[in-house]
Amino acid sequence: MHWRLTGDNLFKTLATILAASAAFILLLTAITLFNGSLPVFQRFGFSFFTGTQWQGNVIGSEVFGVLPYLLGTLITSGIALLIGVPISLGIAIFLVEMAPKTLRVAVSFLVELLAAVPSVIYGLWGLFVLRFWVLDLIEKPVSAYLGWIPIFSGTPFGLDVFTAGIILAIMIIPTVSSVTREVIQAVPNSIREGAYSIGATKWEVIRHWVLNYGRSGIFGAVILGLGRAVGETMAVTMVIGNAIGPNAVPTSLFKPGQTMASLIANGYLEASPASLELPAFLAVGFTLLLLGLIINVVAHVMVTRVLKIKGGAVE
Amino acid sequence: METTSKIIAIVLIVVIVGGVVGYILLSSPDGTEAVSLSGSGATFPVPLLDSMITEYGTVKSNVLVNYEGIGSGGGISALQAKTVDFAGSDAPLKEAEREIAPNALHIPETIGAVTVAYNIPDVATGLHLTGQVIADIFQGKITKWNDVGIQDINQDIMLPDHDIVVAHRSDGSGTTFIFTGYLSKVSSDWAQTAGLGQGKTVEWPIGLGGNGNSGVAGIIQGTEYSIGYVELAYSLENDMSVAAIKNPAGNFVSPSLETTTEAVSGKASQGLPAGDASWSAVDVLNAPGEQAYPIVSFTYLLVYKELNVIPGMTQSKATALVQFLWWVVHDGQQLAPALEYAPLPDNVVQINEASIQSITFNGQQLPTS
Repeated sequence: MHWRLTGDNLFKTLATILAASAAFILLLTAITLFNGSLPVFQRFGFSFFTGTQWQGNVIGSEVFGVLPYLLGTLITSGIALLIGVPISLGIAIFLVEMAPKTLRVAVSFLVELLAAVPSVIYGLWGLFVLRFWVLDLIEKPVSAYLGWIPIFSGTPFGLDVFTAGIILAIMIIPTVSSVTREVIQAVPNSIREGAYSIGATKWEVIRHWVLNYGRSGIFGAVILGLGRAVGETMAVTMVIGNAIGPNAVPTSLFKPGQTMASLIANGYLEASPASLELPAFLAVGFTLLLLGLIINVVAHVMVTRVLKIKGGAVE
Repeated sequence: METTSKIIAIVLIVVIVGGVVGYILLSSPDGTEAVSLSGSGATFPVPLLDSMITEYGTVKSNVLVNYEGIGSGGGISALQAKTVDFAGSDAPLKEAEREIAPNALHIPETIGAVTVAYNIPDVATGLHLTGQVIADIFQGKITKWNDVGIQDINQDIMLPDHDIVVAHRSDGSGTTFIFTGYLSKVSSDWAQTAGLGQGKTVEWPIGLGGNGNSGVAGIIQGTEYSIGYVELAYSLENDMSVAAIKNPAGNFVSPSLETTTEAVSGKASQGLPAGDASWSAVDVLNAPGEQAYPIVSFTYLLVYKELNVIPGMTQSKATALVQFLWWVVHDGQQLAPALEYAPLPDNVVQINEASIQSITFNGQQLPTS
């Protein structure tokens, strides 16, 4: 086949270049981050991932460890999923299976509007409003009665890992619920009709057929939400309390912590270019990228192996 | 189709020609060559520099100055990469940083002070603190407001039996650099503990971190029995309760523009390095003077002594830069008090004059006015 300059060929080439650019940008980011953080990995090796200290002021005796922030990211995102996913599923099921049409349009619009709110607004609201609700309605009572359990220990101030998780839960709801809604909507009506015809109740139809049929899509929605929670920076920074070093190890939900994204946002601008501080922040960025990669790979394996869904089952 | 292309071509030509003509007309209204200077760095002096730059536009309409507050670290990186004409930094260059930006001059352009703000119900004013007590609070050694160490220096206030909530900056900042510099100076324990000492961020053993002055102020105002540190301009503008701090003369001094300037004036009279020398050991903390506030620091503009190291530098640009710097340390200072910045005392201005006069382009001195 001889390549000729035709509209079709031109379009094909252009589309290929555009598709490749996404991969290229990811690769470039990974290489830049890795190159920049090389001095840190050479100096600290694997202990960068297990260390808890963050001391960068004395050139020559810097110590950096990412563990507290890695844990902070995982725990806040975990709380976000625990709270956010059931709510999102509820919203999606209600909108597709139960709500009258006018209500469906209005509620979907409002939920999607949540996604359009800038994260700094969530942060401000979290700092000035939500923080006090969480503190007075949840943290103080829980701390008073269950404070003996290690994960609820300490005097709560409302600026901690738990509040950050709740803010993140609110922030992932629009993403998870709208994708889930699309997935549920795509479940063919014949499935529902078949289920009803053998005498299933509404709950049984949703539980056993609709959700089951759409599980890979719903799982994808959850991963999208997780991605947003892991990378969210501004809102988290404003409510997580921003502890640093060993003090940031999230031993209790009611203790100030820090995520990888918020650590970078907090410290990167003033990091001295002459010390190992700048490479250390790049190394945190690289770790974050790595975490994103691991999450996606695990998700892929879960979808294909554990849930045993073949490509093209839904969509 | 033919006519559409023609119309598009005509529109394009009009836009391009019009743009070029307009640019030429607008950029040099009085026929002199338009010059644009760029700087980046510390965010602390941004309100003052913005105001100065706007005002300078009325003095020299052909000079356009642009300053981006990207943080001191970013400013130093930009100076090193020579992508800016000058940089701003809250901290003097460390020795290692002087090596990557050789022959950079330090020009203190305004003064920063850090206040210790608190929120104790029923104690709106009058709290007295010493450096050692502040260091102990931020290290978690003093945990109650009615600790004997605090109560002893506050005989006329009934302090509550309540845990102290500590608030600190979470972002790397010049404010933290000044504050931890002061703590290192007054408490050997603070200075020697690994991870503490002086820095734009330190490994805080306790407390809640807020982003920016507003973040710390938000924590203090929203949390009873809290204490934190906030830059002077911010706490003055927001009427925060601030502690009077004991200075070396033995007086408890409240932070204000006057007590800040007195501190700098007192320290500068003891001598400051030349502009091209190392300033890494310079601090204005714990300055002498009856009413000198102890937590005070310079913020600097950094500029290369020989400007031809910057790619694209021209004689007219170099001249414009020198004249702008000269104006900043002289007439520009009058803008400071209205924005709650302390103006430079005369003896610091004199040191700056010598530094600015030493700037050269291709070995030639440049006119300052």
